[in-house]
Amino acid sequence: MSERLAPQDKVPFWRSPQGRAWMFQLCMVGAFLWLAVSVYRNTLANLETRGISSGFGFLGNEAGFRIGEVTGIPLPQGGLLWFLLSLVTGLVVSQLISRHLKSKSERPMNSTWLSVCLLFSIGLPMLTLYIFRDSVEIAHYTESSSYFMALLTGLGNTLKVTVIGCVASTILGLLVALGRLSPNWLLSNICRWFVELNRNLPVLLQLFFWYFIVLQQLPNVRQSIDLGGWLILNKRGLYLPSLVPQQGAWLFCAAVVIGLAAIWVIRRRARRILDETGVPVKILFPSLAVLIALPALAWLLGGQPFTLDFPALKGFNFKGGTGMTPEFTALVVGLTVYVSAFNAEIIRSGIEAVSKGQREAARALAMNERQVMRIVILPQAMRVIVPPMTSEYLAIAKNSSLAVAIGYPEFVSIGGTILNQSGQAVEIVGIWMGVYLCISLLISFGMNIYNSKVALVER
Amino acid sequence: MAQDIPDRQPPATQVGLIGWVCKNLLCPWYNAVLTVVSCWAIWSAVAPFWEWAVTNASITLDPVAAKEHTGAAWGFIRDMWPVFMTGVYPAEERWRPLIALCIVVILVSLSLVASFRRSKWLKVLWFVSPIVVFALVYGGGITGLPVVGTHYWGGLMLTIMLSIVAMLAAFPLSVLLALGRTSDMPIAKPFCVAYIELIRGVPLITLLFMASVVLPLFLPSGMELDKVLRALVGITMFFSAYLAENIRGGLQGISKGQYEAADALGMGYWKKTIVVILPQALRIVIPPMVNNFIGILKDTSLVGIVGLVDLLQIAFATTSNPKWFGRLEEAYVFIAFWYWILCYALSSYSQYLERKMPSASK
Repeated sequence: MSERLAPQDKVPFWRSPQGRAWMFQLCMVGAFLWLAVSVYRNTLANLETRGISSGFGFLGNEAGFRIGEVTGIPLPQGGLLWFLLSLVTGLVVSQLISRHLKSKSERPMNSTWLSVCLLFSIGLPMLTLYIFRDSVEIAHYTESSSYFMALLTGLGNTLKVTVIGCVASTILGLLVALGRLSPNWLLSNICRWFVELNRNLPVLLQLFFWYFIVLQQLPNVRQSIDLGGWLILNKRGLYLPSLVPQQGAWLFCAAVVIGLAAIWVIRRRARRILDETGVPVKILFPSLAVLIALPALAWLLGGQPFTLDFPALKGFNFKGGTGMTPEFTALVVGLTVYVSAFNAEIIRSGIEAVSKGQREAARALAMNERQVMRIVILPQAMRVIVPPMTSEYLAIAKNSSLAVAIGYPEFVSIGGTILNQSGQAVEIVGIWMGVYLCISLLISFGMNIYNSKVALVER
Repeated sequence: MAQDIPDRQPPATQVGLIGWVCKNLLCPWYNAVLTVVSCWAIWSAVAPFWEWAVTNASITLDPVAAKEHTGAAWGFIRDMWPVFMTGVYPAEERWRPLIALCIVVILVSLSLVASFRRSKWLKVLWFVSPIVVFALVYGGGITGLPVVGTHYWGGLMLTIMLSIVAMLAAFPLSVLLALGRTSDMPIAKPFCVAYIELIRGVPLITLLFMASVVLPLFLPSGMELDKVLRALVGITMFFSAYLAENIRGGLQGISKGQYEAADALGMGYWKKTIVVILPQALRIVIPPMVNNFIGILKDTSLVGIVGLVDLLQIAFATTSNPKWFGRLEEAYVFIAFWYWILCYALSSYSQYLERKMPSASK
């Protein structure tokens, strides 16, 4: 019997799992290559029959269409380029230093190294900004600008919506989540139905609702809703006063930044004293004093840093201040409300995921309600909250592309216009995908860094 | 020396109506404030809506008579009901989607009865039904019915068909992608990772644009793809990536012992995967898959942007009709109602499944 159990000399490669896997993968690569080649050939042939030249040369052509909402874009040349370069250098240097310290398993940051890092990551960019003070060119899109500038303007609008949407939906989501957790039966049910209603309706429907129904029922320019000149709302959009920087603005901003940095140092010192001696140090009043005194001093030295520019009715429309078009308002409000429902559920489930024992233990240590939340519950809830929140932020960035349906000039809608004008379908779709991929990667990169900070460190 | 201890107050009642109201609405004082604010919020949201939708509404089919009421003109919905359901599908052929709907409803209700669920015949019927439904709605071929091309399809019918077909088509693709991503094949794995991450990083709109504008360029000249089919390709590509990530979660949730046991029984890769791994993995991820299906159902509303007349676009089509011009509010409420009912039913079902499902990490 033993000869049947003897190991065979060699398994033929088509019977071994590895061999099969390789064969399968070779087939896959072959099929993919065949597909790619045939797609490439078909596309070339099709483009030729339609008389469209491929390549990205068209980006330099004159656009010639109007964009309803234009934000100034710092041109990626000259001073700005140096600024970005020094920012990256500073961050990389401080990253290298902290990694070096970690590998030497020292205390991660003592104050000397911290100041070196700060010097590099803040000081260096500030220095460049000072040297190239006037050479950051801000470009405004006009009809004679190139397609490239049009796309850049669209990208700027997309990023604007994304950032505002992320911040606003987090705040609204937090409020709704707290409402759902409140012991008040009525409030928690209102919040529950807010979530149920928003989650189960398509976001495009909601955008249409805000744009075509809510904003259309606003009064005309003449009868606009006016809150003492501070907030003006009518069919043409929402107007707020804008800040106009004056002579002393630089000094004032610097004072605020220094004040914040000082508070941070004070807090660190207070915590160190608490750790070493157990004596709690009151920091609220000193930090408030610093935060008020420094800017006030700057105000006195440099004169009034900002003046407010109020929107005023001139002719048929409001001039001055910051105007928001109805498209922008509808998009931001719609996206915020839609995503905040998801955020609320994520935050609620995160808070509920912290076991009851933790809360009870914290109470048994005589912590008050605020301390329980801040020291015990929230840090643990964050671990559950952050990863799904990342995908919600990504969803905002991606859903901002729905603006194409209500005519807000963001990246996809401007790309669509260019596509219709020039017929460069392959290139435009390629640019869309590449840019959205970059935005997604950036958001998830940032959130992953944050996540690794709040994640549970197991020893 | 006995000290005088004052009598304590009896505890506030916790039971009964008064106790409930006090505990949940009024005590302590800030709760009462919240209650008042909530009541005001409900009142200011519901009262105008009620006035518009019920008090001042009309249900007459005559648009001129409806103009005399300040509220909603539900006669518009009554009048346009078939259009909302089937779009521009020819009126005399509308019985065909209706029968198809009946077939599906009967099948679903049969599946809900526990004693029928195990029978083999039901499975066969489920497999046959898509073909029957397509033959009925499209016509032509052996049915002998006049052909109704896909550009006549629209409304709720198109929305539901798109989402169901996209789900069915995305499912096998996503299983393969998930298997590829969890495997250790040096070429196939990065391939699947790249596909999933690429698709998940871009908005659905760009994929739909790609399917509608770029896909025809990729095909050999002379080969035309149907507009609905093109949209379907975009949606399927998009959701297969999301679904693949869900299924990957399920694959990772299966203990290593299962793989090793299957190996010990001498099973090959495909046998191991199909008989042992996938049934368990898919069972774990049914609730997230239902959520995914809700996502598909909601996101099919984007096909309007590339020119299909789905349920949402019907709102614009019907309200630009001079007879009922500008009745956008009614149309939106009606459409929202349908989306909400469908999605809420599905999400309740997924929550029910989640409660019923034995958790993976026992």
